Amino acid sequence: MSHSSAMRWLHRFGSLPYFYRVSRLWARCLALPGLAMAGYGVYAGLAIVPPDYQQGDVFRIIYIHVPSAWLSLFGYTAMAVAGVVILVWRLKIAEIFIIAAAPIGASFTFLTLVTGSIWGEPTWGTWWVWDARLTSELILLFLYLGVIALHQAIESPRIAARACALLSVVGVINIPIIHYSVVWWNTLHQGSTIRPLGGSTMETDMIIPLLIGALGFTLIFGWLTLWRMRAQLIWRERRSRWVTRMIHHER
Amino acid sequence: MNDSWQQFLHMGGYARYVWSAYGIAAAVMLANVVAPIVALARIKRRIAREEFVDD
Repeated sequence: MSHSSAMRWLHRFGSLPYFYRVSRLWARCLALPGLAMAGYGVYAGLAIVPPDYQQGDVFRIIYIHVPSAWLSLFGYTAMAVAGVVILVWRLKIAEIFIIAAAPIGASFTFLTLVTGSIWGEPTWGTWWVWDARLTSELILLFLYLGVIALHQAIESPRIAARACALLSVVGVINIPIIHYSVVWWNTLHQGSTIRPLGGSTMETDMIIPLLIGALGFTLIFGWLTLWRMRAQLIWRERRSRWVTRMIHHER
Repeated sequence: MNDSWQQFLHMGGYARYVWSAYGIAAAVMLANVVAPIVALARIKRRIAREEFVDD
């Protein structure tokens, strides 16, 4: 892509009416394959793959726990990237993204903690332990909630977005800590199941549905974020001509 | 109900753990889908009432 066409693309993408118009189609394109793949992953995890030779059927919680955990990290990292864009270029679409993604990321972080806790009780004999992995994931939930609270507390949307951006950028240090916590500290939490460079600790038949499911949930994350962005966008632009016109035209 | 279905629901004795984890996940996902649809509709209604024309 040449420099000028890249700039043109950026300009169009940053154009809010354009984004609002096309994001509906993008969301639909993500929703169908996302639901199908996530559905397959969960179905295979619950009904097709054999029980784990050590943990039995309780290990099936992995098919919701690992995709949630992946999205809790992915969501915050994406917010930190948007945070840099906000702090450096003040791009409005990035401001809208950060606040749209935060509640979804928070919900997946919550799911990670809850499903992990339910899995921990029969496997470790405890619902909760102040282990490095669990504690850093709990801090991630507080970071997400902090971004949401900042956005609600500051009235000016642009100042609020800068505050949220700053917290996202600073808080992203927690992401590698979560990822490597099982390596750096001797934790109760088991080591990584999926190792892209080889040596995964799971059978191929068990890991493929997990990967398909994780990809499916990632597409769902994108779909949900786009819908939240659309709502956030017309709220931010509620006084602009194109929004009021469009809405009166729809009725 | 046949045996294999019951065996599936039984989850090797871990039924309450597995099904509560997936039940909570289903509830969270449903809320994630419904919330933006409701929010968008509500915002559109407020804008349609022209609440923001003068401020």
